[in-house]
Amino acid sequence: MSDWNTNESMQEMYMFETSQQIEMLETIILENEKTNGFAMSTINEIFRIMHTIKGSSAMMLYENIATLAHHIEDLFYLIRSENRISVDYALMSDLLLDCIDFIKVELEKIRNGDSLDGDSSVLVEQIKEFQAGSMKEPEAASHYQATIFYEDGCEMENVRAITLIRNLKEVCQEVSHVPEDLGDHELSVQLIRAEGLRLFFSTERTYEEIFDVFMKASFVQDFELKEHKLPADSIVEASENKELGGKPSEESNLSSQQSMLSVHVSKLDQLMDLVGEMVIAEAMVTQNPDILGLELESFQKAARLLHKITGELQDMVMSIRMVPIGSTFQKMQRIVRDMSKKLDKEIQLSIVGEETEVDKNIIENISDPLMHLVRNAMDHGIESGEERTAKGKTSIGNLTLEAKTAGSEVQIVVRDDGKGLNKAHILQKGMEKGLVHKPESEMSDKEIYNLIFLPGFSTQENITEFSGRGVGMDVVTRNLTAIRGSISVESAEGVGTAITLKIPLTLAIIDGMNIKVGSSCYTLPTVAIREFFRPAEQDIIIDPEGNEMIIVRGRCLPILRLHHQFNVDTSIKMMSEGILIILEEDERAMCVFADSLLGQQQVVVKALPDYIKSTRNINGLAGCTLLGNGSISLILDVGGLMDGSKAEEIIQA
Amino acid sequence: MHATNNVIDSLQEEDTQKGKYLTFSLGDEYYAIEIKYVTEIIGMQPISEVPELPEYVKGIINLRGKIIPVMDVRLRFKKPVVSYNDRTCVIVIEISGISIGLIVDLVSEVMVIPDDDIVPPPEVSQSGNKFIKGIGKVGTDVKLLLDCDRLINENEINLLEESI
Repeated sequence: MSDWNTNESMQEMYMFETSQQIEMLETIILENEKTNGFAMSTINEIFRIMHTIKGSSAMMLYENIATLAHHIEDLFYLIRSENRISVDYALMSDLLLDCIDFIKVELEKIRNGDSLDGDSSVLVEQIKEFQAGSMKEPEAASHYQATIFYEDGCEMENVRAITLIRNLKEVCQEVSHVPEDLGDHELSVQLIRAEGLRLFFSTERTYEEIFDVFMKASFVQDFELKEHKLPADSIVEASENKELGGKPSEESNLSSQQSMLSVHVSKLDQLMDLVGEMVIAEAMVTQNPDILGLELESFQKAARLLHKITGELQDMVMSIRMVPIGSTFQKMQRIVRDMSKKLDKEIQLSIVGEETEVDKNIIENISDPLMHLVRNAMDHGIESGEERTAKGKTSIGNLTLEAKTAGSEVQIVVRDDGKGLNKAHILQKGMEKGLVHKPESEMSDKEIYNLIFLPGFSTQENITEFSGRGVGMDVVTRNLTAIRGSISVESAEGVGTAITLKIPLTLAIIDGMNIKVGSSCYTLPTVAIREFFRPAEQDIIIDPEGNEMIIVRGRCLPILRLHHQFNVDTSIKMMSEGILIILEEDERAMCVFADSLLGQQQVVVKALPDYIKSTRNINGLAGCTLLGNGSISLILDVGGLMDGSKAEEIIQA
Repeated sequence: MHATNNVIDSLQEEDTQKGKYLTFSLGDEYYAIEIKYVTEIIGMQPISEVPELPEYVKGIINLRGKIIPVMDVRLRFKKPVVSYNDRTCVIVIEISGISIGLIVDLVSEVMVIPDDDIVPPPEVSQSGNKFIKGIGKVGTDVKLLLDCDRLINENEINLLEESI
């Protein structure tokens, strides 16, 4: 409707496309770096990506990105059109990755609404240097060499040159020219005027045919066409060799791209809401009180079919939100590459199970923790090459990222074959920082290892660029708790460490147990429930403050009456009439007292309305959900309930 | 720039909705709210209670898959409670992205009240009239124009007062 609106959606589109392109570019470069050569198709792909980025950035007026992309495009144009083999691939990869980083930083600025103040001129200079340095002279001479002079005062010599070159390309291969840059540069025009346009190319056509092409070109005053006797074989051979490199992966990349369609997440959310409504509407129809007790055979048949289809639809909508974890793992490749260079450790990263699918929201949340874990493993875990050989290990360190689905959760394992965790050292550090609250002898291995997840814990004496500030593991745990995940460590000294992250498949659906208190319905996450039972009245212990407790298998657990906590009217107040549910989270346990259990169900988690959230932050509620009959159930937050009951105790005390 | 857009947006809508009010009654008094805030009017729904909320927020309802809070306007205005009957309605309004249902005794009609017929409320002591932004004259009747923004956003202040 207004300019601004379109602008905003254009920017969103631009951000999405460009970051996707950049990510693809990064993957391509990293893949090809291993094969130490760029396949022709790869070069074309990079050229294409850079061209797109240049175009869209210029359109959005992001000058610095456009300029940088323009120069990379130039570089690849040269590589592509000239087939020279004297390119230093390692140097080029470094340079390109620097450029990618620059663009990423700028994109982040756009996302945050900051102004783009990054200066790309240094990188541009580097690209130019690289271009000049590694490609001064063609190693393989072309079949023909031509020098062209345009008529005086014909203007725009560079544009004419481009046209001529394009015509030439139709009949020739490997066309190159001096001056190299025919873009919008005064310089190139002057050069052409002074020294003429020099062209190098090869062709199967005869001398006469080529001669004709030049004759037809307009405004050409004079030209000189020379035939070379050529080392042609070397060129062909070299380019064929390069072709072999990273080609298969490249092709798979392209094919997967074409079958993809990008959809805004909010549309998916809407779709999911609609499907949720439909499921409820279906229940309203099939369990309608008007038809209760009637014998309707064909209706029942149709209802069953409808039920089956809605169920499938629901599964399908959920699966749309799932994305393979592979791209997150791929990002780690870059970190491993950069760090192994800086730390001077040779490390091989292997990835297992990259096709494992996880909800999109969750993927976003595990990228940071994974990065910290990988950094930690590389910095602290894996030893340097010499140390490893001395210990009789292979000099190349191994780091494995593994993902697998187990029930309703995904396990991600970061495994290294480094030196393992030093228990004594951790314990000592923990004591120094006052994080240990138990006698040493009573600590299990697991408890000791868990110390490393506490805030402020770091065994590293020196803060390095990558780790040692003691914030890393803390971030890992915090991010994981946010998505209801957990973390555990296994380690053997000298053999290696494995850190396992357990995360739920999706945030949007949980396995819940519906319970009833008075007329209200609540849902408890099934993962938190240990057991439920109906207690006898005499099992309840009441302390002087009136707090109720119960001893279950030697453990004394506090009892929280939900009708008390939430102020609900219920006729069931006697312990022997209701039911006690033992909940456990983070090694804390408690009992809640409810009227009755309604049954287990997978529920779609919805947030409480904003109005309620802004009015008051309610302790112990994680959200709400719709039940099959259209009524609303409140989802309880077990951690919040535990904290809440504690606070009450303090007040009462 | 964004703001400008919104202004244009609302200006266009105001053309058709300007001066139109939905009137409803609480007991003997008639109230009116600007039609642009109103999303829809529904009959009474089963309400799920949410703990720890102010008394006048009765809970949440399921409006075709969307979960919205409902507020009893009687309780909001500290009027005596009456039990809900089949004329009780929920007016769903939306203000700056927040949807909320208002429980009222009876919805009567949509009418045009020209700006000229609206007078500001009398200046009374501090607490009175804070939800009324004007008084509309329609024939011999008087309609109290509700300030929806304050109805929803006055909470924080209220809560503070309560806690003191």
